[in-house]
Amino acid sequence: MATTAPRKRKQPKLVTLVNYPLDWLEERSGIVGGVKYFLFRNVPRDSSWWHTLGSATLTAFLVQVGTGVILAFYYKPDPDKAYQSIQQITNDLTLGWLVRGMHRWGASVFIILMFFHMARVFLFGAYKYPRELNWIVGAALLITGMLEGFTGYLLPWDQTAYWATVVGVNINASAPFLGPFLAQFLRGGAEIGTNTLSIWYSLHMLLIPGALFALIGLHLYLVTRLGVSSPPWSKVAAGRERPPEQPNGRAGLTRGGRR
Amino acid sequence: MVETKGPTGSPHGPAPSLWPLGFAIGLTVVLVGLVIGSWSAAAVGAVLMVAFGFIWVRDVVSGGEAEAASAVTPAAVPAEYVVDDEELETYGRGTFLGLTTLGLGGVITGLVALPVTGFAVLPAFVGQGTDDIDIGPIDDYPEGEFVVATFLSDPEQGEVSRRTAYVRNNGAKDGRPSFTILSNRCVHLGCPVQVNGLSLEDQKKVAKVEGGPSVELTPTQAASGFGCPCHGGQYDTEGNRTAGPPVRALDRYRFVIRDGRLVLADPYSVGRVDGKGADAVIRAYDWVNPSVHVDGPESILYPLEPPH
Repeated sequence: MATTAPRKRKQPKLVTLVNYPLDWLEERSGIVGGVKYFLFRNVPRDSSWWHTLGSATLTAFLVQVGTGVILAFYYKPDPDKAYQSIQQITNDLTLGWLVRGMHRWGASVFIILMFFHMARVFLFGAYKYPRELNWIVGAALLITGMLEGFTGYLLPWDQTAYWATVVGVNINASAPFLGPFLAQFLRGGAEIGTNTLSIWYSLHMLLIPGALFALIGLHLYLVTRLGVSSPPWSKVAAGRERPPEQPNGRAGLTRGGRR
Repeated sequence: MVETKGPTGSPHGPAPSLWPLGFAIGLTVVLVGLVIGSWSAAAVGAVLMVAFGFIWVRDVVSGGEAEAASAVTPAAVPAEYVVDDEELETYGRGTFLGLTTLGLGGVITGLVALPVTGFAVLPAFVGQGTDDIDIGPIDDYPEGEFVVATFLSDPEQGEVSRRTAYVRNNGAKDGRPSFTILSNRCVHLGCPVQVNGLSLEDQKKVAKVEGGPSVELTPTQAASGFGCPCHGGQYDTEGNRTAGPPVRALDRYRFVIRDGRLVLADPYSVGRVDGKGADAVIRAYDWVNPSVHVDGPESILYPLEPPH
């Protein structure tokens, strides 16, 4: 509040000191207001810990991003060096075991939290009108997230990674019509070779995370725009009248002005 | 316009139309034509795309006007909405410049994106296939027993291209040597099948090919077939499936003998093998991925194969 409404009484020096750069930023970009709009929006009074699973998933994703970037400092996506570089990260580099462990187990945490979040949305009926599109974006996020797991599994380049990927790619090849083409694209040729590892590394750390960032942005935009739904047992929501029917058949959620 | 009679349930959105489907089929034909290197197929697809795209766009553009025209007859239009023709600017400079910008932007985007997309996709499909592989003198292959031969299928790629074949010398048939050379890749999902029998590791031999990579030969004894550790696929000594999920017989290698040395040529896929050893009748097909059917009704699900 202090950033937008100038006050009459004198502010303590510390407050002024903090507010000055914020005011400067807000005046030139409006970004402070935007962040406040995003963070301090209204949620139903009876939202609970169940509603935090989405944020937990986002946190798990950010952990993957952070640890993944650091692992990329030391990982070498070359068939002759990949396994050794993983060994080096795990055994030789200071705290490498921890960061690799966070990335490796965090991947499972990310996928599991996505399913928990999805189950919460399903059981609360939070996917219903007008939030169907956000369910669809969430499904795309689930698929993209699992693609991250699929591509990341090859990178340690040990026997498990190699043969799991052989099997996974050949499962793709078994799809009718275009399956063999998809498999050959994923291998980077008719056989797994020197390029396969770097192709998957690129997919794993550039293409698919980019898609994830974009989809998460869309997901959050829709959450902000449509608001958080009440749980199905909500007494607050139960007593409320339905918003008046709009002439265009919409329930009035897309009206202008403040919600 | 497919449906125009009567009011429909949904007020927004055009009536269902089949034109986008035709457009999508045209696009698919173009891409498949590019991938399999058939310019005629790509051209047919392009013609389909243009034709269906044109009809689609025309439908979408004219759809609203046609509906409005059919609903409101010109006689019913109130006088104040009738505008003098001279005041109407039908195709202004702004429209022209806007469309030109869009069109030029589209052309530039296409010029940049097409080669990049081509580079992203085509290397996996062009110039595939490897040279012949020398796997040592035929004297190293005793008659009647399988030998596990591991070799580099593409020496330029190094160890990552190391493959394994099970080679059995069938002796001579009508004075010509006969070999059964099975790929070790399970035709279910590509795991390495193992010999059901003794693998004599202590008699392993490393046959050095002159100036080339090493070939390792491990004799086996009393092999009764092959089994896959991943999902339990089982094969007999001719590579026919006897149990488990595989959809055909084990792949084989064509071979030639040069200066008394066994040389592997292309791999090929096998539907079924009748008979044994040198008398075997092999139903051979071009090499396909594991889990792809080569014979039977399911094979129509795999009409096209990428170039190997």
